[in-house]
Amino acid sequence: MSTVLIIEQILNGLQFGVMLFLMAAGLTLIFGVMGLINLAHGSFYMIGAFAAAAVAALTGSFVLALVAALIAAALAGALVEMTVIRRLYATDHLDQVLATFALILVFSEGTRWIFGSFPLFLDIPEFLSGPITLPGGIAYPLYRLALIIVGLLVAVFLWALIEKTRLGIQIRAGENDREMIAALGVDISRLYTMVFALGAALAGLAGALVGAIQSVQVGMGEPVLILAFVVIVIGGIGSIKGAFIGALLVGLTDTLGGIFLPEVFKLFMEHSAATTIGSSLASMAIYILMSAVLILRPTGLFGASQ
Amino acid sequence: MMSERYLNAGVLIALLIVPIWAHLADAPYTITLATRVAILALAAVGLNIALGLGGLVSLGHAVFFGIGGYAMGVLAHHAQTYTALDLGIFTVDGTKSMPIIWLVAVGTSAVAAVIIGALSLRTSGVYFIMITLAFGQMFYYFAISWSTYGGEDGLSIYLRNDFPGLNTLIPIQFFAICFAVLSLVLLLQAGVSRSAFGLALNAARQAPTRVEAVGLNPKRLQFVAFILSATITGLAGALFADLNRFVSPSMFSWQFSGEIMVFVILGGVGRLCGPVVGAAVFVLLEHVLGGLTEFWHIYLGLILLIIVQFARGGIVGLLATDRGQHG
Repeated sequence: MSTVLIIEQILNGLQFGVMLFLMAAGLTLIFGVMGLINLAHGSFYMIGAFAAAAVAALTGSFVLALVAALIAAALAGALVEMTVIRRLYATDHLDQVLATFALILVFSEGTRWIFGSFPLFLDIPEFLSGPITLPGGIAYPLYRLALIIVGLLVAVFLWALIEKTRLGIQIRAGENDREMIAALGVDISRLYTMVFALGAALAGLAGALVGAIQSVQVGMGEPVLILAFVVIVIGGIGSIKGAFIGALLVGLTDTLGGIFLPEVFKLFMEHSAATTIGSSLASMAIYILMSAVLILRPTGLFGASQ
Repeated sequence: MMSERYLNAGVLIALLIVPIWAHLADAPYTITLATRVAILALAAVGLNIALGLGGLVSLGHAVFFGIGGYAMGVLAHHAQTYTALDLGIFTVDGTKSMPIIWLVAVGTSAVAAVIIGALSLRTSGVYFIMITLAFGQMFYYFAISWSTYGGEDGLSIYLRNDFPGLNTLIPIQFFAICFAVLSLVLLLQAGVSRSAFGLALNAARQAPTRVEAVGLNPKRLQFVAFILSATITGLAGALFADLNRFVSPSMFSWQFSGEIMVFVILGGVGRLCGPVVGAAVFVLLEHVLGGLTEFWHIYLGLILLIIVQFARGGIVGLLATDRGQHG
């Protein structure tokens, strides 16, 4: 096991982590501001990926595809918020779970209806394809490096949005006391629609970006959604900073666990048994991480105490 | 509109009469559908104890369904291949006997519920939903990577397992077993919800601080309810595996956790026969709409959205005159 391989895997883990962050940030914002658990967030991921694949096939432009993903997911988010989600804020979590589960069914089957059951493919654009040589002579796919950079840029953008802008002030105020900011003249339902659309757009962006390295298919969003839940549980609900740290932890644990756990077991076991046990354990690694965080801090690393 | 007691009796009688009619009319597929309803209802009855009585929104009950399924799959696999099951310290033979399989399914589900419950109940609300969902996914991926028992492809069992005195290969006899189990569990649930424990659990859901004030521990009550709930769903998993003579990681899938919850809510949360009604309506919709269009899940989704907006008490809540426990 060489240093080059280890650095490569750390970069892969980072790339996975920042994409999870895009999902988790939207979820945690929506929960923090509106108190809503949204199972249909994975659908926006899928919508972004499909919109990107469709537009890329039509125009051949990756940049246009990304723009389409952002717009399609944000529009779907705003539409869903205004028709369905808005009625759920005052209800208990059980109703929210059922309604957003119903939305997954509608979105998934609707997408299958329009695009068919076969996966679509989104190509990595010419200017980002091929490997790049990093300092130290490590060849790494340029596209994955670009994903890491985009993810970090979005994190900075979100931080600036929430800390430095008027909208951010309203979002933070909404997390603390929604009646008060409504009384101060903020159009609360417009704010909610914007936050929801922003979260959906982030998920759509993640879907489009990841869609270029995996296949674009119905049901691609939910496994990522559940991982984003793990991220939020680890980071603490409502905390963007928690979502960022949690996403990187989960991304690195999952990627490095899959590579190194079988190797670790090979040190003291015979080869095939080590591979089996190691890879089974690796598939459980992030959940073990989550359990450990729960035992130490039930409200997550950066969550407010209950 | 009628009293919930008569409604419950009517639901169970209907579930009994349809397959008997189908047996006389020689329509085995209808019997299989009714068996499916009984088993899915049993899984949802399990969840209803955690959700309706305990107020625990568990989105990971497929874990126990899958564990029950794999208990059957693993034991029957070893029995049909005549190999011993190596448990590390000692080995045991597989078995084709349903009662033994059920015991193992219930026992292993209980062990899993103790671990998952102890961790998940450290939190509440949305955290609980997300964590149970995450544990479900963990078991799903574990089952996929567990190559000894088929991995992603699952395990096929050639012959249905045996029950003393009955021929389980005859559809109506296997239905009778499932229906009897469902009825017994419903009786058990009715007894539990009237018992001191059931009343305390009800109170723990509605006013945990008051329960604490009278010296009870609401989390512990919910913990016990969670374990009880898991064992019933686990038992349903073993029966479901026997119905299909097949187990696969999809029994652990998050979609199935969602579907069990849909059965409960569709029928009526906290209602004794709510899960039975919910499962029956779901299987009927699947059968009728599924025959009309490949995309029947869209319509299911729209129906669910309507239920959330307009019919909070589910179908039993609409039909019964008495207020539900969850109301």
